[in-house]
Amino acid sequence: MNRSHRHGAGSGCLGTMEVKSKFGAEFRRFSLERSKPGKFEEFYGLLQHVHKIPNVEVLVGYADIHGDLLPINNDDNYHKAVSTANPLLRIFIQKKEEADYSAFGTDTLIKKKNVLTNVLRPDNHRKKPHIVISMPQDFRPVSSIIDVDILPETHRRVRLYKYGTEKPLGFYIRDGSSVRVTPHGLEKVPGIFISRLVPGGLAQSTGLLAVNDEVLEVNGIEVSGKSLDQVTDMMIANSRNLIITVRPANQRNNVVRNSRTSGSSGQSTDNSLLGYPQQIEPSFEPEDEDSDEDDIIIEDYSGF
Amino acid sequence: MRRFLRSGHDPTRERLKRDLFQFNKTVEHGFPHQPSALGYSPSLRILAIGTRSGAVKLYGAPGVEFMGLHRENNAVMQIHFLPGQCQLITLLDDNSLHLWSLKVKGGVSELHEDECFTLRGPPGAAPSATQITVVLPHSSRELLYLGTESGNVFVVQLPAFHTLEDQTISSEAVLQRLPEEARHRRVFEMVEALQEHPRDPSQILIGYSRGLIVIWDLQDRRVLCHVLSSQQLENASWQRDGRLIVSCHSDGSYCQWPVSADSQQPEPLRSCVPYGPFPCKAITKVFWLTTKQGLPFTVFQGGMPRASYGDRHCISVVHNGQQTAFDFTSRVIDFTVLIEADPAAAFDEPYALVVLAEEELVVIDLKAAGWPSVQPPYLASLHCSAITCSHHVSNIPLKLWERVITAGSRQNTHFSTMEWPIDGGTSLAPAPPQRDLLLTGHEDGTVRFWDASGVCLRLLYRLGTAQVFDTDTDPNDNLNPQGEEDWPPLRKVGSFDPYSDDPRLGIQKIFLCKYSGYLAVAGTAGQVLVLELNDEAAEQAVEQVEADLLQDQEGYRWKGHERLCARSGPVHFEPGFQPFVLVQCQPPAVVTSLALHSEWRLVAFGTSHGFGLFDHQQRRQVFVKCTLHPSDQLALEGPLSRVKSLKKSLRQSFRRIRRSRVSNRKRRPAGLMGEAPESSTRAERAGLQNMELAPVQRKIEARSAEDSFTGFVRTLYFADTYLRDSSRHCPSLWAGTNGGTVYAFSLRVPPADRRMDEPVRAEQVKEIQLMHRAPVVGILVLDGHSVPLPEPLEVAHDLSKSPDMQGSHQLLVVSEEQFKVFTLPKVSAKLKLKLTALEGSRVRRVSVAHFSSCRAEDYGEHHLAVLTNLGDVQVVSLPLLKPQVRYSCIRREDVSGIASCVFTKYGQGFYLISPSEFERFSLSTKWLIEPRCLVDPAETKNHSQPRNSSGTKRASGQARNSGSQSDGEERRPGLVMEHALLNDERVLKEIQSTLEGDHGSYGDRRSQRSTAGYSLSNGGAE
Repeated sequence: MNRSHRHGAGSGCLGTMEVKSKFGAEFRRFSLERSKPGKFEEFYGLLQHVHKIPNVEVLVGYADIHGDLLPINNDDNYHKAVSTANPLLRIFIQKKEEADYSAFGTDTLIKKKNVLTNVLRPDNHRKKPHIVISMPQDFRPVSSIIDVDILPETHRRVRLYKYGTEKPLGFYIRDGSSVRVTPHGLEKVPGIFISRLVPGGLAQSTGLLAVNDEVLEVNGIEVSGKSLDQVTDMMIANSRNLIITVRPANQRNNVVRNSRTSGSSGQSTDNSLLGYPQQIEPSFEPEDEDSDEDDIIIEDYSGF
Repeated sequence: MRRFLRSGHDPTRERLKRDLFQFNKTVEHGFPHQPSALGYSPSLRILAIGTRSGAVKLYGAPGVEFMGLHRENNAVMQIHFLPGQCQLITLLDDNSLHLWSLKVKGGVSELHEDECFTLRGPPGAAPSATQITVVLPHSSRELLYLGTESGNVFVVQLPAFHTLEDQTISSEAVLQRLPEEARHRRVFEMVEALQEHPRDPSQILIGYSRGLIVIWDLQDRRVLCHVLSSQQLENASWQRDGRLIVSCHSDGSYCQWPVSADSQQPEPLRSCVPYGPFPCKAITKVFWLTTKQGLPFTVFQGGMPRASYGDRHCISVVHNGQQTAFDFTSRVIDFTVLIEADPAAAFDEPYALVVLAEEELVVIDLKAAGWPSVQPPYLASLHCSAITCSHHVSNIPLKLWERVITAGSRQNTHFSTMEWPIDGGTSLAPAPPQRDLLLTGHEDGTVRFWDASGVCLRLLYRLGTAQVFDTDTDPNDNLNPQGEEDWPPLRKVGSFDPYSDDPRLGIQKIFLCKYSGYLAVAGTAGQVLVLELNDEAAEQAVEQVEADLLQDQEGYRWKGHERLCARSGPVHFEPGFQPFVLVQCQPPAVVTSLALHSEWRLVAFGTSHGFGLFDHQQRRQVFVKCTLHPSDQLALEGPLSRVKSLKKSLRQSFRRIRRSRVSNRKRRPAGLMGEAPESSTRAERAGLQNMELAPVQRKIEARSAEDSFTGFVRTLYFADTYLRDSSRHCPSLWAGTNGGTVYAFSLRVPPADRRMDEPVRAEQVKEIQLMHRAPVVGILVLDGHSVPLPEPLEVAHDLSKSPDMQGSHQLLVVSEEQFKVFTLPKVSAKLKLKLTALEGSRVRRVSVAHFSSCRAEDYGEHHLAVLTNLGDVQVVSLPLLKPQVRYSCIRREDVSGIASCVFTKYGQGFYLISPSEFERFSLSTKWLIEPRCLVDPAETKNHSQPRNSSGTKRASGQARNSGSQSDGEERRPGLVMEHALLNDERVLKEIQSTLEGDHGSYGDRRSQRSTAGYSLSNGGAE
C-alpha cells in the first residue's frame, strides 16, 4: 500500500498531498504529487489498485472545500480536485452498478458530518430514488429553450443538439395555413408546421416541440415566403445544431415572463436552468460557426 | 453568416461589380416548342412562327430574329403579315386579334404589340357569329376582312381595329345576290377561304365550307361569279392572273375553276383525287403555281388514302410528271411556298417549299432536281433525339474548329446547295468574339456539335456512338426508309426521330479537350468511349477494357440493365471523332462523372458504385476505387428495383400535383382590378383547404453514412498541385461523392519519353468527409494567386499564364449546401459559405467563369457561376466566397430546365426551356450574344429588291413570363440608352424623357448598367 508517511500540516506547502479514499467501509490513504497529479485514468487505476478492486467499475467523488460532494470523472475535474484540496483530498468511491446517483449531496455520512451541502438539487430531500440520473460525464445537452427574453411569449425558440448523438432528429414538417393579423383584418397565410414526431426521436424526447406547432424561423432565418422544400433543406443543412422558432399549438405551457422575479427591465429570464447565455442577437452562436468544422480528414503520407 | 451579410458595402467594390456583372436573357436557340401557326412575308422575306403558349417569333436572314409574347398566353392560331408592311396580325384561340409591328427605334427595330381587338357581334348573337375562321389583310393596308363561323365576313379598319359595320358581307347579302338556282341549297356555313384578287383589289374570293365559292365585288357589293362544289370546301385560292380558282375538298380532291363573269355556274376545268380511288383524307390546302416553262407546280397538304396512309403527315408536290409525298415524322402545322414576290410578275416561279411541322421546320428546294431539303441555319430541332446532357467548350482553336466543320460537311452532302431563302432583314450583330462549341448528348447515342458562337445555333457535326455496339436494330433499316410500295410516292424528310433504338445508348457525360481533339463520352450503360479526331475514314477495332468498380464487395446483385454488347472486330468510322477505346464499367450503371486530361492521357470516370482511372495512352486501367457504403442496397441493386424508389416516385408525383396546383394559381393573370382580389382569395382558400386535406410531409433528418447513393460519384477533377507536401507538386485526381466524401489520389505520370514504358501509378493520399454530408458537386484547386488552375494543355498552347506554383495552393470543395476552402497540402478548413443553411437553396451547377470588366479592357476576375435548385444564378467570388450578385433565371418548378443548365467559361449559360429550345443567358457585361438586326420598312416598298436592306435593328419582345423578373420591362430603357451612345441626340432626348417619366429610379439604374454593358460588348467586338 502506498500509505502516506506524512500527516496533515505539511501537505499544503510541500510537493505532496494526502489522499483519503473511502470505498464501502474501507479507507485507504496515500499521497500524490500535487504538482504532477497525472491523468484521471491513472488516478482511477490507482484507486482500483489501492482498494484491490481492479475490475470493478466505480464512481469517484470528492468533497470540495465547501463540503459539496462532486464527481471526478475526467482530467479537468480531477485536476480541480487536486488543486483545491486543502489540506487533504477526500475521495468517496461507489460501485457503479450499486451507485445511488443521488448520493451526491445526500450521502448519509456526509450529512451526518454536516460538511457537505447539496447544491446540485436543492429540493433533493424529496427523494425520488427510482429515477436514475446518469453521471455528468454521460450528460450532454439535448435541447434547450433559448432567447426567452427577446421573443414574444407566444413563441418558443428551441435548440436541438444533434451533435454526438445517434438519435434521429425525428420530426416531419408540412405546409399549412395560419391566421395572421394584418391591416386588412385576419388573413390566412401559408405556413410551415410540424406534422409528426417520430417516437423516440430527439424532437419528441425534448418535449419542447409538438405536432401542429408552426415553424417561424430556422436558425434565425424566417421561413415565411419559403417553400416546404426550402425549409426542409435549411433544417437538414442545420441539422447538427438546429434552432427552430415555433409558435406552439398548445399555448398553455408558455414560459411566462416576469412572473417570478420583480425585475422591471423585462430582461428577467426563465432559462437559468438552461445554462444558455443570453444573446440579444439571436441565432448565430459561435458554436454554430464551428459546429461542423470538424470534417474528417484522413491524410496519408505513407506512400512514395 | 455575419461574414457575408455584412460584407460588401464597399462602394468601390459595388461599382466594380456593376462593371463585371449583368444579367440578360439574350436569345432562344432551337425550335419553338409546340408551334401552332406559320406566317410568311414575301416582301420582307421574313418567317413568323406562333406557338401554343402565345409566343410569336420572327426569323429572317441568319441572325435576324425577333420574339414577342402575347400577354394572354393563348395559342396563336394564325399569323398574317400586312402586305408590304413591317406589321403582322395574329389570331389567338380566344378569338382575339393582335397587331404587331417592327419599329425602328433609335436605329434598331423592335417587335411590339400595338393593338388588340376582339370582334363583337350584335347583342344576343351566338358566339359563333363572331368566331373568326379566316383573316384577310387587304392590300390597301387599312382593312382586315374577317371570315367567321357564321358565314359573315366582317371588315375592320387598321390600325385601330375600328369595325366598319356597313361593309360587313353577311351571308344573307351574298345569298340575295346569288342567282336563283344557287339559292335553294344550304350553301353557307362557315367561311373557309378569303382571298384578294391578285390583280384587282376590289375583288375578293369567299369560300364557304359547304362548297360555295363566290367572287365578291367590294365596291358594288355584288357577286361577280360563283362556283358550287359538291364536296365540303377546305380551302380555295386564286391563281396568279386571277383567271382561275383552285379549291380543295374534304374528300381528298382538288378542283380548278374558271372565273367567268357570266352568272352561269361553271363546271370545274379539272377535278382530281390525287391518291384515289379509295377514300382519301381531306386536302386542307392547295397551291397551283405557274412557271415560265409552262408546267405548273401543284402543292397540297393531306389527301392520303384514308385506310393505309391516313396517319401520315404528308405534303405532296406534283410537277412535270414527278410526284413526291414528303412524309413528316410529326404533324404538319402549316406550309407555304416561296414564289416570286413581285405581284406584277407573270409567273409564280416557286423556288422553295417551307413546311412547319410540330417538331421541326423543313425547307425543300423546288429548283434542284430531286427536291432536296435545305439545311436551316437556325430553328434546329435540338430534340430530334431527346437531349440527355450538354457540354460547352469556349474559345475553340481555329484548327479544331475547321476539322470539325470539315468532318460535318461530309455528313451534309444530301442537303441542297441553295442559299437559305428566308433572308429578310440585316443582322448587325458584331461577328462572334470567339468560336464556341456546344455539345449535346442524345438518347440515341449521338453527340451533336453546335456552333454556339453567335445568335444562330448551327449544327456542325454529328457523332454517332451506336455503331460501336451491337444493338437489336439493323443499321441498314434506316438507310432505306422507303422500302414500301411506290405509291403513294412517300419520302421521309426532316431529322426529328424521337424513337431511340436502345435507351442504354444514351449519352450522359461529355468531355472534349479542345487542344488535342480528344473526346470522352460516357453513357447510360456504363460505357466510356475515348475518341480522337481523325480527318480520314478508318476501319478499326475498338479496344475494350472492363472496369470492375465493385472489386471485393460481396453480397451484391445488380438488377439494372445489362451492359451493351460491343461489336467485335473492326468497325468502319467516318472522318471525324473515332473511338479507339471502350471502358465498360461493371456493374453497367449510368456514368455520373467524367474527366479527361489530355496532357497526361488519362480519363477518369465514376458511377454510383465508384470511380476509376484509365490510361488511354497505354490502354491500361490505373486503378478503380469502390465508393459504396456496404449498407447501400439501392445503389447495389440498380435502378429498377426496390420499393423505396416506388415510394419516392409516388412522393414526387404528389409533389408534382401540388406544384401544378400552386403554379396554376400563380399563372392566373392579375386581370381586372374589380374581380381579381375576391376570386383569387377564394382560389387561395380552396388551395389551402386542398393542402390541408392532403398535406405533403417532409422528414427532417440529418444525413448519415447509411443514406442511399452516398457512393454516387458526382465530380472528378485533375489538378497538378501540392498534395503531399509543400515542396513538390504532382498530378492528382480528385473525386467527390453524393455522401460528401472527397478522395484525393496522387498520380505518377511517366515523363513523355518513357510514357509508354512505365505504368502510371496512383495512390490515395487524402480523404475528406464533409460533416454535413451533402453531395459534392464541384472540386477546384486555386493556385498561389488564388486563380483556378488552368485546363490541361492551356499553358502549353500559350493561352493561359502558368499557374503560380510558388505560393500555397487552396482546395475549393463545393457541395450542394456549402462552399468550402481548404489549405493544401495539409487539408484544413479555411473559410466557407453556407448556402442552404441560410437561404434554403442548393447548388445545382457550379462552374468557374472569367468575368471581364466592361470598362478596363484587360481587367477580369475569376469567380464561380452558380445555379441553385430555386433557379437563381449567383456569382460567388474567389477565393473569399462572397456572394456578388444573384438573379432569378429559371422557374423553380422547371426541374428539367435547371438540370439542363451549362455555364460557359466567360459567364454565359444555356438551359432548356422546352425539349427543343435552349435559352441563352449572360452574367457578364462583356459577353452578350444577342440578335441585333434591322428590317427596314422602307425597303418593303420596293418589292423587287427585298434583299438589300440597311440600317440597324434588334429584337426585343416582351419578357417571357418564364420567371425572369430582371429581364423584362427594365430592358427597354437600356436599349434606348445603348443606341443613344451610338447614335443621335434625338434618342438621347427620348431616353431622358423615358427616365424622367414613367421609369423610376430602378429603371434608371438598370439602364445605366445596360449602357455599361453595351460599351463592353462593343469593346469586345472590336
